[in-house]
Amino acid sequence: MSENLRVGEVIEASTIGFTAQCYELYEIPPLGSLVKTGDGDTALYAVVSGATTQGIEPGRRPVARGKDEASEEDIYRTSPQLKELLRSEFSALVVGSRQNGRVCHYLAPQPARIHAFVHRCSPEEIRDFSRDFGFLKILLASRFEVSAEELTAAALRQFAGVYSDRRAFLIRAGRELAGLLGGEYGRLRNILERIRE
Amino acid sequence: MTEDSSPRLGIVVAGSLNKGLDVRLDGSVSVEDIVVGRYVVISGKKQRFFGMLTDISLEVADPAIAFSPPDSADPFAAEVLAGTGTFGLAHILPLLSLGSAATLESGPQPVKTVPGHFSAVRLASQADVELVFGPEDEKRFFIGTPLDMETKICLDLEELVKRSNGIFGKSGTGKTFLTRLLLIGMLQKSKAVNLIFDMHNEYGWEGSSERGHKVKALKQLFPSKVAVFTLDEENSKARRVSTDFVVRIGYDELEPEDIALLRETLGLTEPAVEASYQLARRFGRNWLEKTLSLDDDQEIKDLLAELSIHEGTFQNLRRGLGVIRRLPFMVPQVTEKAVARILEYLGRGINVVLEFGRFRDVAAYVLVANILSRRVYDQYQKRMEEAMGADSARPQPLVITVEEAHKFLSSGVSSQTIFGTIAREMRKYNVTLLVIDQRPSGIDEEVLSQLGTKITCLLDNERDVDAVLAGVPGKSELKTVLSRLESRQQALIFGHAVPMPAPIKIREYGSADSYRSFVSEKDDAKKQAQKDIEELWG
Repeated sequence: MSENLRVGEVIEASTIGFTAQCYELYEIPPLGSLVKTGDGDTALYAVVSGATTQGIEPGRRPVARGKDEASEEDIYRTSPQLKELLRSEFSALVVGSRQNGRVCHYLAPQPARIHAFVHRCSPEEIRDFSRDFGFLKILLASRFEVSAEELTAAALRQFAGVYSDRRAFLIRAGRELAGLLGGEYGRLRNILERIRE
Repeated sequence: MTEDSSPRLGIVVAGSLNKGLDVRLDGSVSVEDIVVGRYVVISGKKQRFFGMLTDISLEVADPAIAFSPPDSADPFAAEVLAGTGTFGLAHILPLLSLGSAATLESGPQPVKTVPGHFSAVRLASQADVELVFGPEDEKRFFIGTPLDMETKICLDLEELVKRSNGIFGKSGTGKTFLTRLLLIGMLQKSKAVNLIFDMHNEYGWEGSSERGHKVKALKQLFPSKVAVFTLDEENSKARRVSTDFVVRIGYDELEPEDIALLRETLGLTEPAVEASYQLARRFGRNWLEKTLSLDDDQEIKDLLAELSIHEGTFQNLRRGLGVIRRLPFMVPQVTEKAVARILEYLGRGINVVLEFGRFRDVAAYVLVANILSRRVYDQYQKRMEEAMGADSARPQPLVITVEEAHKFLSSGVSSQTIFGTIAREMRKYNVTLLVIDQRPSGIDEEVLSQLGTKITCLLDNERDVDAVLAGVPGKSELKTVLSRLESRQQALIFGHAVPMPAPIKIREYGSADSYRSFVSEKDDAKKQAQKDIEELWG
């Protein structure tokens, strides 16, 4: 099953996150969605924290090609090489791991390996992972181009999708956030506004 | 056991034994559902505590929430914040320790420590309340229920009558109903006999409720155990009350002490009261009559010169004495002393209610109550001392009920009246008081502090509240509870006869069901009533 959800391969890794290249141009997992590397008893869970699409050669910028084309799709149809010259990458923030079959909401002892396959998590895995909210601390402490609040809200929106009672899940998460952001009402409000149902 | 039978309110987060505990309410508990005066049980690690909710406040974890609250159109944020960023804080006064399972048999103990941090707090269940107040039995009388609960709160009447007690509350809050209920309880469940000075004719045959309908009083419920005495035969007849004795007071029964008590009511000066002592010493028992019958100017002049009483003072006293003599129940000589009859009835275990009929003015009430009580006191003291000397049976405990107690027990006069003495020391002689008053602040502090159990309906004067609650642990918390009582049918009861202060909803009185419950509670009362009916109809 996880084969079907395979989205890419790790091309850069550190303890706190990794960057993966998508197998297909533009087939980037949504911001905030839960991905994993590894399989079985040991896996690394990460939340998609940003994505880029650019030319494969750093020095060569793509040029505009659509002046005489009727639609965007036509550009790619008439220039099929584009799919090879461009690539989509996404970065992911490690938010936990599975060790000996148990979900842990803290950083894994080892970073992901280069060329490790990256899979999107199945709904069951997401439910299993978000049974409690330990991962929120890591999300709230993240520093990316995407703000921590934006990322947290995106992740919660993604996770909520696998629950039949979305609202109940978000309320639970909100309460957890209210506890974590005790003295930071402004940040809490920012997130709540983004996950409001 | 009862641990989990009622919903959890929250957890203890701070507090002290003196000032009470702060309990952070769970997010699922609405502050609007819990009310001041409710009982709670706190499960500590080693023991359980019984307490009362005395205050509720709204708190925010971050002051910024109060500055920029979530939009009212955003129920999501409000729901998230409820119980996290915003929460209710209940203030709880720990009152009793219910002990651990091992020490449970020794019963609730006064609280000497507080439960640890984060101990769970629950509303008390019926079983908890019963454990604290005890079940209704031969000694305990069901007086009311806790607010918002159906459990019976019972008073240990054996304990109650061992000390003087007080019933307070501003006018119209149900003092009379409460008193009637308590008297019924004493008739049923204690060994004490009652002497009731019934200023408004409410306790003997029938009383009236605020809504105007008649309610049965003691004699109708317990015909064989109650005698109605009257000061005003005509009025009793007009009300179709069958009376057992008509009380008359002889002039010779009046003593200067009675005058001292009436000084303010009669508008007498201090020297006039002093003069009454001198005249009594001079003339002996019949001093009143002799003083009033002096009409020879020269004689008066000589007398005043001899006793060095000022002329104005004498006239002032004479005018006051004239007022007393004109009271219709005052007669020169009485054929049968009321005191003897009262004692005879009390001796047979029959409770005496003295109706004042139309003589509702304070002077008549104070005068009669004081004169009769003084003599009853003398007799009781004598009998008790004899009994102690001979080691024989002691006289049956006596409870004297007086209304408008501040007239007898104000700090100015309490040292001079018999009631002050009874309140202070007559427990030793098996005589106690049940004082009823609407201005407890007018009662001498020392007397008030001697009252064993106090039952107070709503009071809204700050001084009265302070006076009633003086010296009670958790006074400021109880003040909140007292001031939030409903103006009818609710009371705060605390003191010797209850293990802890208890706000109660007073038991219903006045319906056919309520009468039945009183009579059927004690079978022999029922049998006696049956016997009385048989005797009556041959």
